[in-house]
Amino acid sequence: MVDKQHLLTTEQMASFVADGYLRFDDFIPDELNKAAHEEMASGMSVRGGGGTVLDNVWHDESAVGKVFRLPKVQGIVQSLVGENPLYDHHAVHIVRPQSEHGQIWHADAIIDIRMHFDIQFFYFSHDTPREMGGTMILPGSHFRRVCETDVARYQNFLGQHPIVCNAGTLVVVHHGMWHCAQPNLTEDTRYMFKLRLNPTVRQLKLWNTDDIDTGGIRGILSRNHRWYGNDVRLEIVNRIKLWRFLIGDESYDVGYWLSRLENMPENVPHVA
Amino acid sequence: MAELRQQLLVLHLHTPDLNSHVVAWAMYDGTGQKRYTTGDSETPPYNSVVEAMQDGWRVIQFPQQFPAYPGMEYNTSYLRFEYILEKLEEI
Repeated sequence: MVDKQHLLTTEQMASFVADGYLRFDDFIPDELNKAAHEEMASGMSVRGGGGTVLDNVWHDESAVGKVFRLPKVQGIVQSLVGENPLYDHHAVHIVRPQSEHGQIWHADAIIDIRMHFDIQFFYFSHDTPREMGGTMILPGSHFRRVCETDVARYQNFLGQHPIVCNAGTLVVVHHGMWHCAQPNLTEDTRYMFKLRLNPTVRQLKLWNTDDIDTGGIRGILSRNHRWYGNDVRLEIVNRIKLWRFLIGDESYDVGYWLSRLENMPENVPHVA
Repeated sequence: MAELRQQLLVLHLHTPDLNSHVVAWAMYDGTGQKRYTTGDSETPPYNSVVEAMQDGWRVIQFPQQFPAYPGMEYNTSYLRFEYILEKLEEI
């Protein structure tokens, strides 16, 4: 078990539920970034079998293995998918120099109707300015029930978020997050290391819950994303359902949303 | 006689009202002059479908509206208020 100081806070978990991602800038030490970059550029990163225990995938000297064994990265992993998650797959995403067209929008899975969720890490081992990409994500898209590239005819959304970052930035997303690689107009190859993990334990209060009673959670869970349009209230219902699942409290509400619908006026007044 | 090719503009709106604001957009160019791509702009080309119509775009598809399937009332997936507009360009 990783030290409690490395676990996510309740506010961070609520942000993950509302936005579908968390971003950690300048998070990985530079010497590991350089080693991981070299590993990716030389095609040396070892691939595990789907469903392997994460700890068994990379040997001790693997640079990406070291990245994901860092206590502060383990803290993110444990908070979201528990202590011993399964390695689903990884991919070294490469965008060649002078690639003028972005990848189509997609989610990385067929529709998964479970409340339980996988996470995907996007690790950027080198500086990624806008002219180099990086990966575009659509905050708040993670509850949308779509299959893979069903969303490919969309191009732009209000609030779309290009991950422009320094070396060592790590982003973790819910598996339902819509995303696409962006054009690389530079002369350098762009690399991004993506890792998907599956939980093996019930995702119930796995983070540092010291701040669970903080008043800010309702505000976070009520955030709007401008591209939602008229659907924002439906998305708040989706968040309440996931938050109830994560905290183990089926009566939780951010106001009078689900609790109003759960009020069943079935009492028959006594007639004398 | 000049040959014409279609330009398509896809606008997704906040509500079904054609005056409501654009939340997502895409363009497809049938003249072969330009290839639009994901993430290529941060602001929509028009604020509403009506504003695009005032600039000469012709609406060729309205989104149909259906009640939610039983049990799917709170599910979200695609953007629901999708209008497709065209312009014809000489090549």
